[in-house]
Amino acid sequence: MDIFLQLMVSGIAVGGVYALIALGFVLIYKATSVINFATGEFMMVGAYICLTLLTYLKIPFAFVLVFTLAFAFMMGIVIERLILRPLIGEPIISVIMVTIGLSSILKGLAHMIWTADFRSFPEILPAEPWNLGFAIVPSALKWGFIFAIIGVIVFTVIFKYTRLGIAMRANASDQQVAQSMGINTKIIFALSWSFAACAAAIGGIVIGNISGIHPNLGHVGLMVLPVVILGGLDSIGGAIVGGFIIGILENLAGGYIDPILPGFKEIAPFIVLVFILMIRPYGLFGKKIIERV
Amino acid sequence: MRCGDFKDTYIRDEAIFQSVFVKVWLALFLVFLLIFPFLVNEYVLYIANLIGIAIIGAHGLNLLTGFTGQISLGHAAFMGVGAYTSAILITRVGIPFWWTVPMAGIMSAFAGVIIGIPSLRIKGLYLAIATIAAQFIFEYVFMTWESMTHGIRGINVPDPELFGFQFDTEQKFYFITLFFVIIGTLYARNLIRSRVGRAFIAIRDRDLAAELMGINLFRYKLTSFAVSSFYAGVAGSLWVSFMNIVTPEHFPLTLSIEYLAMIIVGGLGSVIGSIYGAMFMVLVPELLKFGTEFIKNIPAFQHIFAPLREVVFGALIVFFLIFEPRGLAEMWRRIKNFFLLWPFSY
Repeated sequence: MDIFLQLMVSGIAVGGVYALIALGFVLIYKATSVINFATGEFMMVGAYICLTLLTYLKIPFAFVLVFTLAFAFMMGIVIERLILRPLIGEPIISVIMVTIGLSSILKGLAHMIWTADFRSFPEILPAEPWNLGFAIVPSALKWGFIFAIIGVIVFTVIFKYTRLGIAMRANASDQQVAQSMGINTKIIFALSWSFAACAAAIGGIVIGNISGIHPNLGHVGLMVLPVVILGGLDSIGGAIVGGFIIGILENLAGGYIDPILPGFKEIAPFIVLVFILMIRPYGLFGKKIIERV
Repeated sequence: MRCGDFKDTYIRDEAIFQSVFVKVWLALFLVFLLIFPFLVNEYVLYIANLIGIAIIGAHGLNLLTGFTGQISLGHAAFMGVGAYTSAILITRVGIPFWWTVPMAGIMSAFAGVIIGIPSLRIKGLYLAIATIAAQFIFEYVFMTWESMTHGIRGINVPDPELFGFQFDTEQKFYFITLFFVIIGTLYARNLIRSRVGRAFIAIRDRDLAAELMGINLFRYKLTSFAVSSFYAGVAGSLWVSFMNIVTPEHFPLTLSIEYLAMIIVGGLGSVIGSIYGAMFMVLVPELLKFGTEFIKNIPAFQHIFAPLREVVFGALIVFFLIFEPRGLAEMWRRIKNFFLLWPFSY
């Protein structure tokens, strides 16, 4: 029982991070119908920027965080303008492949700038594990969870209650109507990418804190696919719920099946994904698409 | 269109070789391909073999993605299935290489059909994600099914032989590759102008409309998956016998992506495009290697080659998608037309 609870708790902590990254993913999908396969690389770049600022400038973590987010914000805008904008209205395969190409570029650049060495974050936050009585949360996971939850709450509030968020939702539900109501679709597109990049950057910093960083960190970004498919590609709530479910599931698989089948933890979410796609392709909370000729 | 280039029967319009001119050039090209291995060194032949194998794989993926419109990010996994089938049959059962090639193809086709089943309910982005899942699951199976695949250590495979003749050098293997490339290309070209090929294209253009016109979506989508994976399996089994070893690391997601890049760069929905794309994507890293030869000696730049390759690879995909979405095949067609019509290119 103790092991079970421990696995559950670390699953929830990891799930928080997944939820945050999935949120960025869903934001982009809702606004622009693009699946961003470069999410993982956004995370990796964010983590590297944060690490570089921390080690070279030696300024307090709060400032570093602000700088990193500003950088991610700009990166999102630039990428949307240069790479995604020309492809609006192109077939799905072009859109998928362009984000894959982008991920390859970012990975290569990171590799060139920061080399392939494995790096770990310096102690930025007090290292103090969290004792819940029935389970212990390691310090990195604890902070990760806290950051992820703050991120999720901030983005959800922006999306639900601010003027900008309403504009984004209007744009997601019908672009033409939104445009005729005076919403600037181009700005919404750019901002969706910026927000997603910010969410990914926070996720990257958190993951980097837990497991260290190297240019292949972006692989974690693929874990977001089972999350969003489970929750529904166009559902913010689904991304959050899906994140926690996949996080827990991954940890349980790691705890109980890994001893029999080593490495099963890595693919358990993908097996779940296949089943969801067969049974309920639009996910738990996704909108069911009705097609007409 | 060229002046005087008109057809009076459907058969002529659908012909593979459109004119005598084309036939003569292709015959000359074939002769060139046959004497090519005697003119160049081992390294060039090594690259030629890689290109040949890539062409076969790219044909398969182009049939599925370019012609039928089903995006697959699991092509490398099917190659892996073929490669492992071939390797296991050769080393365990002792079946000669020649027989294992079609068997590998069939095994891959079987795997492809299973992965293709969800394609009836899901499509586009969702299908792409499902095939990623398949890729990871297959990779995992290659890695952990120790008793069959020998896990990370891989399987060593001997060179193919025919009546005591060993295909042990790049030069000799070149002819095997060439044989399969020609058969594969002819089959793909032929399939596209048949009833099946037209059904594929109809499904790509609008699947619901295709169904209303009486095309059995389920059957044709699965056919497409089967044919595509068959090609992948053949490519995979050639690959093992060429490299003499197979390990799980040889068929990662990045290879699937590389194949998608090939058909995008070459031209989606174009048989000749698969060939251009495969050549281009194999040659670019090699050319890059030559290009960066001089900076290799500077210690500070030594670590730059591998990432540079990645950046160039990504940049090529992005560049082609934005500026030439129909690929090299379209570029070539435009250049040809320019000269055909010159100076009256209106």
